[in-house]
Amino acid sequence: MIDFSLSRLWAILAKEMVQMRRDRITFAMMLGVPIMQLLLFGYAINTDPKRLPAAIVAVSQDRYTRAVVTALETTGYFRFEAQPSSLAEADLLIESGAVAFVVTLPADFGTRVERGDHPEILIEADATDPAAASGAIGTLGTVAQRALTREQGQEAEVEARQDKMLSVVVHRRYNPEGISQYNIVPGLLGVILQMTLVMMTGMALTRETERGTMENLLAMPATPMEIMLGKILPFLGVGGVQVVVVLTAAKILFGLPFLGSLTLLISAVLTFVLSLVLMGYFISTFARTQMQAMQLTFFFFLPSLMLSGFMFPFAGMPDWAQAIGECFPLTHFLRIVRAVMLKGAEMPAIAWEMAMLAVFILAYGGIALARFRRTLD
Amino acid sequence: MSVVAVEGLTKRFGDRTVVDDVSMTIEKGEIVGFLGPNGSGKTTTIRMICGLLTPDAGSGTVLGFDVLKDSREIKRRVGYMTQKFSFYEDLTIEENLDFVARLYELSPRRLYVDRTLDSLGLTSRRAQLAGTLSGGWKQRVALAACIMHEPDLLLLDEPTAGVDPKARREFWDEIHLLAAGGLTVLVSTHYMDEAERCHRINYISYGRLLACGTVDEVVAGAGLATFVARDAPPELVARIAGLPGVSQVAPFGTTLHVVGADLGLLTASLAALTAETGVAFTRGETSLEDVFIQFMSRAEDNMDGAAAKARAKP
Ligand SMILES: Nc1ncnc2c1ncn2[C@@H]1O[C@H](COP(=O)(O)OP(=O)(O)O)[C@@H](O)[C@H]1O
Ligand SMILES: [Mg+2]
Repeated sequence: MIDFSLSRLWAILAKEMVQMRRDRITFAMMLGVPIMQLLLFGYAINTDPKRLPAAIVAVSQDRYTRAVVTALETTGYFRFEAQPSSLAEADLLIESGAVAFVVTLPADFGTRVERGDHPEILIEADATDPAAASGAIGTLGTVAQRALTREQGQEAEVEARQDKMLSVVVHRRYNPEGISQYNIVPGLLGVILQMTLVMMTGMALTRETERGTMENLLAMPATPMEIMLGKILPFLGVGGVQVVVVLTAAKILFGLPFLGSLTLLISAVLTFVLSLVLMGYFISTFARTQMQAMQLTFFFFLPSLMLSGFMFPFAGMPDWAQAIGECFPLTHFLRIVRAVMLKGAEMPAIAWEMAMLAVFILAYGGIALARFRRTLD
Repeated sequence: MSVVAVEGLTKRFGDRTVVDDVSMTIEKGEIVGFLGPNGSGKTTTIRMICGLLTPDAGSGTVLGFDVLKDSREIKRRVGYMTQKFSFYEDLTIEENLDFVARLYELSPRRLYVDRTLDSLGLTSRRAQLAGTLSGGWKQRVALAACIMHEPDLLLLDEPTAGVDPKARREFWDEIHLLAAGGLTVLVSTHYMDEAERCHRINYISYGRLLACGTVDEVVAGAGLATFVARDAPPELVARIAGLPGVSQVAPFGTTLHVVGADLGLLTASLAALTAETGVAFTRGETSLEDVFIQFMSRAEDNMDGAAAKARAKP
């Protein structure tokens, strides 16, 4: 016989919602934190930074070289601050972070252009912050090309269409994968949800224990399932509101593309939110105090941030780190949300990740229920 | 059938035995007092009876249900008022009652809640946060919430601690009213006057049940003799305390109570003192308090003895 009563579930649910509403600070935090973080990170992580410091290594001072340099400067991406005379000097500049790019033109650049010899422009980018480098790198090829054609006169332009006059070699240093900035806002959604929801639900049970109300609650006929659902469902609602807030803001403020189906996105996000609140509840069955719940949350938070692919490209991590990364709902959520939002993926493409989230839900929920102490022992 | 019939209840926390082989029976409609010093295991015993703690040993029934296996059934039919106020201080009185009514699936809920608020006289303050109530009111609200689902057994854990005498009196009047209506009550307390308002009492010390029965039975069973002296000079107190057979000497106003366990020895000692000082002693009535103090000092002796034995072991 399954002992489940909607009336008892509603008792706990209603009580939790009233308590949530009365706890002004928590309530404000749940809605304020996502907006604040989105604004802070969204704007701080500038998607297309301009006027980045650069160095140019150009030995010859022929007119083609000057044309390319001027053209690069007028794009607004580059601000040439140094003209190191040797590659070693240039290396030092980029290593110390004094410049973000080093553009190197060969000594015989002009001669080779005139010979139609396809000279190479080498651009070394400090890609530790890949988002910063990508815009500048993207423009470089076309800008330099256009500068040269202009310099050689109109008649050469037709020819140039088929036959490029130069090639640009890009060396991204320190971070070869180069995540695009659009990766960040969807990822931020996952991180914001994780941070607020896990911590809040992590305190769901410990708060009762600390305030001494647990004894009373346990003395009354509520089942572990009713208590769990009663405690997590309000947070599921809170998560839903956070999602709407973050996505709306992301759309309006950052013009984030929404390629996939909104229904699919919403159902994926809600699945993720459910796994988060259950994780929080799971934590609260371990913690004896709210402080411990908080510590456990943080213990979990940092690795999930580092190993989920939010901070560093997942594929670039060693196997063991990837294995750990697979254990965080955030990892799977990031794949889903990027696939759906940015690539317009459909259900079949994300089915595996959704299944993984479902596994988390069952595991956290199951263990939490099994661990729930019906007594004060 | 007894409402509570438990035998040999034992609870250990780590290697400390906090409740040791406690047996208890309570009949329907009885008010049973549960007495003992702080930390003697009253709360732990009550929690085992209502299924909040699993006994390490022992067995029995509560309301006919197995105390080890049927704790869910027991919880439905028991009202338990915790020692510390454990309703939600950030909910209003009404919200707390609503919560309880929904958990027990009382229907129609409004009727139950309104009736309870009305009987508390709190209808006009229903929207007040429970945390802002005074101690006496908190205790009344907690009691009302515990009996809203019309339990068959009421467990009260030091319900009147820190409550003023008038509120205590009213509280006990209410308990008696409830018991007259057939409710069975187990109530732990520190107060002697409250013990005397119980039909029967159980006395527990260091986890062991030392006495049970009516107040008169417990007093008689203690086998204490009490003598009273009028207008004895205060400096005599210390001397009397040192006499053979005297275990307690306590001034009560202008009289001096002398208590001892061995009537013959005590009579002889006091007779010698009367012969010497002229202070006359007459037989007095042993009070429940005398008995409890006797229990406590005896238990301490036992503990000291046990500790000494433990130390003596290499
Ligand atoms: N959960 C627990 N863990 C460890 N010790 C406990 C626990 N609960 C109670 N105790 C100890 O058991 C003893 C009896 O406690 P309790 O039953 O609360 O006594 P009383 O209610 O008579 O004051 C005390 O010494 C207390 O410290
Ligand atoms: Mg106690």
